[in-house]
Amino acid sequence: MTQQSRMSHRMSQEPDMAAAGRPGKRAGSPVSGVVNGVVLRLTLRATMGRKRALIFAIAPVILIGVSALLKLTAHSPVWPPEFLGVFGFTVVIPLTALIIGTSVIGAEIDDGSIVHLLATPVRRLSVILSKFTAAVILTAAFGAIPEYLAGAIATGPASKLAIGLFAGALAASVIYNALFVMLSVVTSRAIAVGLLYLLVWEGLLGNLVGGVRLLSVDQYALGISNSVAHNANLHAHLTLSTAIGMGIVVTCIALAFAARRLSSFSLKGDAV
Amino acid sequence: MTTIELGNVSRWYGNVVAVNDISMTVGPGVTGLLGPNGAGKSTVLHMIAGFLEPSRGELTVAGMASWRNPEIFRTIGLVPERDSVYAFLTGAEFVTATARLHELADPGAAARRAIGIVEMAEAQDRKISTYSKGMRQRIKVAAALVHDPEVIVLDEPFNGMDPRQRLHMMDLLAGLGQQGRVILFSSHILEEVERLSGTIQVIVGGRLAASGDFRAIRRLMTSRPHVFLVRSSDDRLLGSALIGRPAVTGVELTPRGLQVRASDYGTFARELAGITRDQGIRLRELLPADESLESVFAYLIAS
Repeated sequence: MTQQSRMSHRMSQEPDMAAAGRPGKRAGSPVSGVVNGVVLRLTLRATMGRKRALIFAIAPVILIGVSALLKLTAHSPVWPPEFLGVFGFTVVIPLTALIIGTSVIGAEIDDGSIVHLLATPVRRLSVILSKFTAAVILTAAFGAIPEYLAGAIATGPASKLAIGLFAGALAASVIYNALFVMLSVVTSRAIAVGLLYLLVWEGLLGNLVGGVRLLSVDQYALGISNSVAHNANLHAHLTLSTAIGMGIVVTCIALAFAARRLSSFSLKGDAV
Repeated sequence: MTTIELGNVSRWYGNVVAVNDISMTVGPGVTGLLGPNGAGKSTVLHMIAGFLEPSRGELTVAGMASWRNPEIFRTIGLVPERDSVYAFLTGAEFVTATARLHELADPGAAARRAIGIVEMAEAQDRKISTYSKGMRQRIKVAAALVHDPEVIVLDEPFNGMDPRQRLHMMDLLAGLGQQGRVILFSSHILEEVERLSGTIQVIVGGRLAASGDFRAIRRLMTSRPHVFLVRSSDDRLLGSALIGRPAVTGVELTPRGLQVRASDYGTFARELAGITRDQGIRLRELLPADESLESVFAYLIAS
């Protein structure tokens, strides 16, 4: 009883104090911005800080190292499009994007630290876009730029092939990461699912069934590369407009779906 | 006045009911959510904080639904149970980053204020990975406080803390409650809730078993029938004397001693002393046989 009355007394007193001048009030504007700088910086730091980041170095080592070696030893003139185009776009770039794209948000979901980020008014789409941007930056740094450097070693820094490879690799960084960021929000086995997509869909079915190419990111990348490089040895099957159009559609759908799923992010309760 | 309101809230996973038809109002001050492990406390807290969708019922915080509503975090500060934070950051960086995510006008000042409240200023420039469990807990509270929320929800804030850290956290929460904030924390330890909160909500098996003033519930707990195990120099004589008293509802001779059921804890304790003295019986041992929290909770559900 005494406790009860003390409680109600406290309640009647406090609101004035609560309303009056506590420091640290908000800066008027709603939490806006498409890409949140804080999330982006935290993600870059966290991703580069993990041990997994050592794997990121594999792609540039392979691309640049092998290109330098082939430049010195190979006699066939078709190795640059075959190695950097076909091998680069179906193996090196997608795997780099898979490792990066699944770690920018997947690791935080796995260990639960995402809660600290989500317990703020930052819009979920903005969280996804910030994570996605971090993944694109890292994949460009560890995949697309090494592609260009390797292309420059192979055919010269201003060659159409080097520039085409760079454009295709940048496009691949964008589209793959949209897919892989979405996968890590949807499933805790994002790496496995991503690998299945790369191996079975793009690797196997993409070679056997023509229609599959319309939904294969490596084909978008090759199409974009080929529109600059005009090199038959890239084995590009899609036109520039199809590649860009499909790439934009896939990227937007994947990111919108990821944001939607992140809005329903649930913590496991007890009793189950 | 800011409140948390639950109206007939249920949550189930497939066929398993985790929370069953709970209605409660949590107002300013410190409220403890008490219950054994697996009772549904975390489920309730997660639903309040917008990290779980109620399967049925109405749930609002300061009048707003919290599910799929990030705006709610302008009002709520959440201290999750799991210990995972961005351990590569220093304490100050973590709290300042949280202030920036809330888009506060002066993130640095807000972070310093929050870190000051939890008394972590000394360790704020160390990496969180070097913190003890209690320090991590405090820096999480600082991050939850940084935007000066009306409502603070803490999931098992005392878990893994040593007694000193526990006391410190209790003082901290009591102070925040006195400022008129709505503080809701969960615990499975009766003493923690007893020390800290005037108001408690007891959850057992997904249901609200008791609710309201702690003292009233405490009385309810102590006035329930108690079972004791008594060993004395003459159990049979003691038993025959005890059964004549109104406070005693049952006596049984067992190989381990005399099992006594008493309807009133206080009266039984006083009378036992008188009887043994009058009869010249020496009391060797007096053990409460059902003082586990579970039996207390079980009694609360039944009543």
